[in-house]
Amino acid sequence: MQRAYANPYLAGVALGLVLLASFVLSGRGLGASGAFASAAASVAAAFDANAATANRYFARYLADGGFGSDWLVYELLGVVIGGGASALLSARWRAEIERGPQLSSGPRLLFAVAGGALMGAGAMLARGCTSGQALTGGALLSVGSWVFMLALFASAYLVAPLLRGLWR
Amino acid sequence: MSASLGIALLIGIAFGVVLEQAGLGRARKLVGQFYGTDFCVFKVMFSAILTTLLGSFWLARLGLVDLAGFYVPETFLLPQLVGGLVFGIGFVLAGLCPGTACVAAASGRLDGLAVMGGLLVGIGSCGLLFDRLQPFYTSTAYGTVTLPRLFDLPYGVVVLLVVAMALLAFRVLARFERPA
Repeated sequence: MQRAYANPYLAGVALGLVLLASFVLSGRGLGASGAFASAAASVAAAFDANAATANRYFARYLADGGFGSDWLVYELLGVVIGGGASALLSARWRAEIERGPQLSSGPRLLFAVAGGALMGAGAMLARGCTSGQALTGGALLSVGSWVFMLALFASAYLVAPLLRGLWR
Repeated sequence: MSASLGIALLIGIAFGVVLEQAGLGRARKLVGQFYGTDFCVFKVMFSAILTTLLGSFWLARLGLVDLAGFYVPETFLLPQLVGGLVFGIGFVLAGLCPGTACVAAASGRLDGLAVMGGLLVGIGSCGLLFDRLQPFYTSTAYGTVTLPRLFDLPYGVVVLLVVAMALLAFRVLARFERPA
């Protein structure tokens, strides 16, 4: 039988200890969007290596070995392994499309791609996402990280009522 | 694989396990945050921030670590403000953020995989348009600036204020939570 989720406060303390371990062991925090930037740079380089290295945004992800030796790529690979193993061990692994009761699967996947693309653009501008900026930068009291965190929650709460049909 | 990449993998595994155990690999659970039915995201995130904040403060105070060795994300005020606003819209549409989308995909949820594809498209497109975005991307750069420096308060005082604010928010949220 599927096991109940952990107490959110205890899970948060565990997450904080993981983040702290990351700082102590690697001098850096957690992240997610950076691995996608690295992947995008490698895809661009596969199409046109010269153009990709001439692009100042992609170039920095292609320096020192690129995708195959990027810290964040290995960290995110770990997230996939850890998340998958945890779901399997707790009998929560299930092939399905999570969606609101009024939304069918096709539109759900389109909104997921669109939402991902917007988050990608936002994380690119902000130099990080909920992991790298809000959580990691937030815990180090970085002003820009707190601005990002407050802006993302403010905008999410403003648009959520308009997008109620997606989830309710 | 170098030692540093091995550590990255292990830290990532722990990160993934915690997110999945908290239920943050499920879009419908995450969006409960925005409809007042489930404040799990806020509870997990702020307990984590408090733990790291207090942990790093005391480790530094006891001389066990040097906070100067921790990489603090630099502040680019307007790009981070606008980036946050755009990100928030995407978060409600997707129901997952980049890290949790990976956990969702790894636990079988195809919507998580779709979000991952969207992220690649979004970041890749912005990367291709970098020449045009760069003036804005690099605007309002303030370097490494922290809340204690901004408000000219001792680090410990800001730590205490953030802890107090989060504990208050936990109590207020518990009152407003209306499980569906």
